Order: sequence, then structure tokens, then C-alpha cells
Amino acid sequence: MTPPMTPPALPPSVAWSDHLVVLPIVLPIAVAGAMFLLDDRRRRLKEALSLATLLALVGIALVLVGRTSAAPEVYRVGNWAAPYGIVLVADRLSAMMLALAGLLGLCALVFSFARWGRAGPRFHGLFLLLLMGVNGAFLTGDLFNLFVFFEVMLAASYGLVLHGSGETRIRAGLGYIAVNLVASLFFLIGVSLVYGTMGTLNMADLARRLAAPGAGELALFEVGCAILGLAFLIKCSAWPLGFWLPTTYAAASAPAAAILAILSKVGVYVVLRLSLLLFGAGLSAGFGQGAILVAGLATIAFGTVGILASRDLTRAAGYAVMISSGTVLAVLGTGSEAALAGALYYLVGSTLAAGALFLLAEILQRGRDPVEAAQPVFADEYRDPFDDADATEVGRAIPAGVAILGVGLLLCTLVLAGVPPLPGFVGKLAIFIGLTAGTVTAAGWCLIACLTLSSLFTLMPMVRLGILNLWVPNDDPPPVLRLSELTALSGLLAACAALALWGGPALAYADATMQWLKAPEAYIAAVLDGGAR
Amino acid sequence: MELVLSLGIGVLAAAGVWLMLRPRSFQVALGLSLLSYAVNLFIFAMGRLTVGAPPVLGAGTGIGQDSVFVDDPVTQALVLTALVISFALTALFLVVLLAARGITGSDHVDGREPHPGQQSPGEPHPGRPQP
Repeated sequence: MTPPMTPPALPPSVAWSDHLVVLPIVLPIAVAGAMFLLDDRRRRLKEALSLATLLALVGIALVLVGRTSAAPEVYRVGNWAAPYGIVLVADRLSAMMLALAGLLGLCALVFSFARWGRAGPRFHGLFLLLLMGVNGAFLTGDLFNLFVFFEVMLAASYGLVLHGSGETRIRAGLGYIAVNLVASLFFLIGVSLVYGTMGTLNMADLARRLAAPGAGELALFEVGCAILGLAFLIKCSAWPLGFWLPTTYAAASAPAAAILAILSKVGVYVVLRLSLLLFGAGLSAGFGQGAILVAGLATIAFGTVGILASRDLTRAAGYAVMISSGTVLAVLGTGSEAALAGALYYLVGSTLAAGALFLLAEILQRGRDPVEAAQPVFADEYRDPFDDADATEVGRAIPAGVAILGVGLLLCTLVLAGVPPLPGFVGKLAIFIGLTAGTVTAAGWCLIACLTLSSLFTLMPMVRLGILNLWVPNDDPPPVLRLSELTALSGLLAACAALALWGGPALAYADATMQWLKAPEAYIAAVLDGGAR
Repeated sequence: MELVLSLGIGVLAAAGVWLMLRPRSFQVALGLSLLSYAVNLFIFAMGRLTVGAPPVLGAGTGIGQDSVFVDDPVTQALVLTALVISFALTALFLVVLLAARGITGSDHVDGREPHPGQQSPGEPHPGRPQP
């Protein structure tokens, strides 16, 4: 008796470069696995290994950005045909998000070399696992694998939120874990409803079935999608599901908070991907658009009020993350494709700036940050992380640190508030131009008003916080900037500046990505009809 | 069987939601695990209910013969994955819960008692074990 289905034999023409798509997942998990076997005191080795991995991830992401500009790369795991096997799809949007995650991760990691890598056990392994989950969520073409990658990402993020220990982190972590466990249950209910009504979990297959009339029980399917959407909106902290975000991100240690900034963007990415793929056309076209618009607008409003009320920089950075997620959601809700291209550009710039702001805030508020050495659980942990004898050799203090920090804070403010010449402004301008092309809907005017006011009310508190942290004399010792911290900060800010300097090509890339996303037939055909390679 | 299963899911979910809205962190942990049982049963139900049907195609069953007698294996695989993940994460939640209890000295979900000194009649004081 032969099994009913066997994977087809590998054709001889499989090039090594075809496996590039799976590397952003395999590489971090392999290195993270090795990391857990190593003694935690071999910090230099761990740092070198993680740095090499992150550099490789950024390189792979950039190569993928180049390779997917014409056609997507579909990787069939085990070479099983598409609706039955697991597929990983790298298209323009995935490649862009991979590059963003890699860059943010690289800078956060370099920042952690100065201090935070030693604030608790197993930092580097958790960090790499988080990136593996994020990369997997960007690459997968299947709803259930999306769930698994979400869980990997979240499990690692629970560890990272608690990194450094202390009462604030544990209290924030308890709420964060509870909220996300409930979100995961919503995710499961949604996934099983979608499977029960449509009989498939492959995104491309779902889209194809939705294009044909008479597919499944449509009402129940839409209920399932709404519940799924709830789970994703909790992840991207849309109002009223996102009250957990500012507290958690403010409590997390700086490098963890910076990398967590990409986590909420994973939620945004999934909403974007599924809305355009499943509800762009077909049986339930436009499903959920109104809800996403309202959620996005309310998130911008809530984030703006929150940033006005923040009394320290980390909370302000948390609300900035919310505003940037809300902007992309609201633009998606208006249904304007030209504006969405601008929103993609804005997403990259604002995420980088929010990450940089978390790092900056930690240096400026270091005197006030309660860090407690946790009780060691395993024998190889540091007893007193920040009083290590070699802590002083890690990086030389940079002279004129305050001036550099001031410039950095100014640049972050310019991006987040959308003031020229940095990408925040270019992105918002592109959104406005997209919204005002042709007839402007009421939703469009609402969004323009909301974004303009949010710019103003971001600028004001950021200037106030800047004055408070840089100019007002206080008893804290002057902030000390170490070389690795400077490298990380300038890396993020240089990426922002590059995004503005090469704004033309970047916007053209975002535009082409939108053109690709709004015609999902090509995606569906590439996944389902591409055939075994 | 449909009635029993739906009643089971409903009771588990209702109890889970109620427990999750309680102020003590251990109640929240119990609520989360009850909810995850309800969700796992729900995933099973989405694969349609069959009695005594194998999830694997064998010699006597199969498409073209009598596919009614084959259970949907996909939902079972989904349940297995979801089960492991929710079990592991609930265990993690318990660890954080204990850490919060130890560090803050309170098992309230906010990490502090809402009205110190004044204690609601239904809630035993967390610091003192009940006789």
C-alpha cells in the first residue's frame, strides 16, 4: 500500500539561492538554540554570535528586497504543493518589513552591548527568538503558521518585557501576558471558524475561494474574520484594545522596548495583508473597512492625548508607536491606494524613530530607572549586573554626550511630529496627496484633520519633554553616552535620514508595493499555480 | 452529542470569562486555562463531529469509497498545537504571577490592593492564609 500523497521528487534545478526565503526563520532559531547551550557568562561570544546573525539577517532582507521587486518568491517547505503544504511567501511588502525588523533589531542589539545585555539571563537567545517569530509572521502564507509564529514572538517578548526584573516590569508583564493570552484565544477561535467555513487556511487559497460565488458559509466566515481582526487589532494596540501598550513598553528595558516597537507593526502588517488579499475584491469586498477606519482614527486621537499627558519620554515613545499604527490603519480604512503607499513609507520612518526614542529616553532617564538584580535561578547568571568590574570597559564615554543626545532627540521629534525635512513629513505629505487626489471623502477630510492636529500635539509635548530632560538643571548625574549606544542611535537616525534623502526611490518602492498588493491575483497565482520548483 | 459539546464549550467559556474578570491573579490564571479548554473544544467542533471515524485514510476508508467515515485530521493537528502552546504560556503566566505575588506582596492583578485597610467581604486577605 502506498501513501496517497507523496512529495514530488526534487527537480534537479534547485538553486541554493532559492532557500534564501527560509533563512530569516531558520538562522535566528538555530543560533538561539545554540545560545541556550552556552554558559551565560560567555557574554562576548554571545554578543558576537548575535551580532553576526543580525548582520546576516539585514543582508538577507536587503537581497530579498532586490529579488522580490519583480516577482514574489514562494518557498514550499518540503516541496509539497501549495494548499496542502506550508508555504512561505516573500513579496515586496514582506521583504520591506523584514528589512525594517532586521535594522531595528540590529540597532537594539548593539545598544544592549553597553549595559542591558547583562541585566538578566538569556537575553540574546530571547532576542533572536523574537526576531524569528517576527520574520516568520512576515513570511508565512498560511493562517495557522501565522498563529504559531505569533506565539513564538509573544513568548519571547514576555521574557524580554521581564528582562531586568523589578516590580514595575513584573506588574506590567502580568497584564501584558494576560491580554496577549486572551488575544491568542481570539486568534484560535477566528482561525478555526475560517477553517470550518472555508475548509482551508492558506491565504491565497482563501482568496481564490472567496473570488468564486457560492463559497462556504459567508456570514460565519465573516464572523471568523472579525474575531481574527480583533486579535490583530489587540496586537497593533488599536483603540480601545491597546491600553496595555504604553505601560508595558515604558516598563520594558530600552533595547527590549525598541524591538517591541516592531511587534505592534506585525499586527498592522497582518491587517494590511489580509484586508487587501481577501477583502480587496470578491464576495466580501470591503469587509471591516469602516471599523478599521474608526479604530485607526480613535487610535490616533487616543495616542495624541496620551502623548500630551506623558510626563516621561518612554511613555511618550509608547504613545508614538500607537499613533504610527493608528495612522496606517486609518489610511487602510479610507481605501485610498495612493495614500496607502505613503502610509507604508510613513510606517518605516516612524517605527525607526520610535525605536530611537526608546533608546534615547533610557540614556536620559538613567538616573531614575529602577533596576534591580533579579534573584539568580541558574548558577551561570550574573549576580550584580551593573556593578561588574568590566562594566566600565564596555564602551568609552563619549564627550559632549548631552549635545549628541539633544540632536538625537530633535531628530526623533521631527520624524514623529512630521516636521520637514525628515521622513515623518514626507510620509504624511504623501498620505495627504493620496487622499486629496480626486474627490475627497468625508473620511479623508477627517483623517487629514486628525493627522494635522496629531502633528501639532506631538510636537508640543516632545519639546516640553526635551527641555525637561536636557536643559532643566537637576540632581541627576549628566548622562553618559557609550560608544555602542551612540552607534545604535546614530544607526537608527541615519536610516531615517537616508529614508528622507532617498525619498524618491523609497516612495517609488512603496508605490510599486501598493500596485502589487491591490492586484492580489498575481499573489494567488504565484502561490497556487507556481508549481513545484 | 452536539448538545453536550456545545453546552460544555458554553459552560467552560462562561466560567472562564467570569474568572478572568475577577481581581485576583490566580483567578485570572484559572480563567485563562478554562477559556483555552473551551477554545480547544471549539476547534474540534469546527472539524465536524463524527463518532468512531479514523483521522487517517486506510484501506477501508477514503475518498471515492465512503468519506463520511473519515474524521478531519487538520483540526486535530490544530488542537494539538494550540494545546501545547496554551499550556506552556499558562505555565509562564503562573511563574510571573508568583513573582508578582512575591515582589508586590499582593495577589491583586494591579499589584496593589485597591482600598488598603478596607477589605471586601468576599475576598480573603491575600497576605494571611485562611484557617
